[in-house]
Amino acid sequence: MQDTTDDRRALVRQGLAIGVATGLYGTSFGAVGVASGLTVLQTCALSSLVFTGASQFAFVGVLAAGGSPWSGAATGLMLGARNTLYGLGLAGRLRWRGVRRASAAQLVIDESSAVATAQDDPPLARLGFLVTGGSVFVLWNLMTFVGALAGTALGDPRTYGLDAAVAAAFLALLWPRLADGSTVAVAVAAAALALALVPFTPAGVPVLAAASVAVVAALLPARTRETTGAAS
Amino acid sequence: MSTTWAAILVLAGGCYALKLAGLSLPSGVLERPLVRRIALTLPVALLAALVAVQAVADGTRLVVDARLAALAVAAVALALRAGFLVVVVLAAATAAGLRAAGLA
Repeated sequence: MQDTTDDRRALVRQGLAIGVATGLYGTSFGAVGVASGLTVLQTCALSSLVFTGASQFAFVGVLAAGGSPWSGAATGLMLGARNTLYGLGLAGRLRWRGVRRASAAQLVIDESSAVATAQDDPPLARLGFLVTGGSVFVLWNLMTFVGALAGTALGDPRTYGLDAAVAAAFLALLWPRLADGSTVAVAVAAAALALALVPFTPAGVPVLAAASVAVVAALLPARTRETTGAAS
Repeated sequence: MSTTWAAILVLAGGCYALKLAGLSLPSGVLERPLVRRIALTLPVALLAALVAVQAVADGTRLVVDARLAALAVAAVALALRAGFLVVVVLAAATAAGLRAAGLA
């Protein structure tokens, strides 16, 4: 059997390490959440109920910029759509149904999906998914609470540069996705479109509008790829 | 119930439904290349727009201040493979330092 004790131990260690690292930056989410005007309870509710970092940061980022909660929620939902794709890749490996599948769904995030998808053996995939997703969930929520309390005690968030921390957090989430020239082009076009709209639209709208760049880019590649393919 | 709470709950319900859909739908449904490409490109476009807006927008004005300098520091840290927390703390410290020094 490939499912040896050593494999399982290594997988548990990997999952816990990712949980600790991800959980730690839950403090930054907690601090940024209260800095954007949310209560400690609302910030913690985002971490436990929404539980997908980029969507949570997007929601508080739009609020901090003066946008409406609804444009924040819409942006967060669009970012959450990638978890559907992760789930499609995971379903065949996890093979859970009913209550188990419904409970496991909340743990479908970047980190748990990456660890589980790397395992071809269903028992190992399940173990990696549960250890990673579970440890991220526990620590992310705990550290969000700590960060929210600390953020409340700090006072004016600008003094501590927390407004600048939000942009840095988004850049850190974006960075690993800039895999090739075409994704960089999408990023640049989306940023330019959003900035061009800032003076003319309510806060929150520029970011939503930037989603259209993704749709246009997805429609284009068929042609672009052929031309670049012929050139290279 | 406040609008903020309503939006939080809608976001929570929607994000959960998106996660559950992935585990439940037959694998062919969302695997059309176009849908797949949009879903993979969407986070890039949204995150890039969020970076830009957070760095230089102030309401409906574009402002160059300590946030842009902090973002540049974050980019350098990321290029040097720093972890998420280090990147965020460095950016906050840069902005806080510039403001404390009265430079931005």
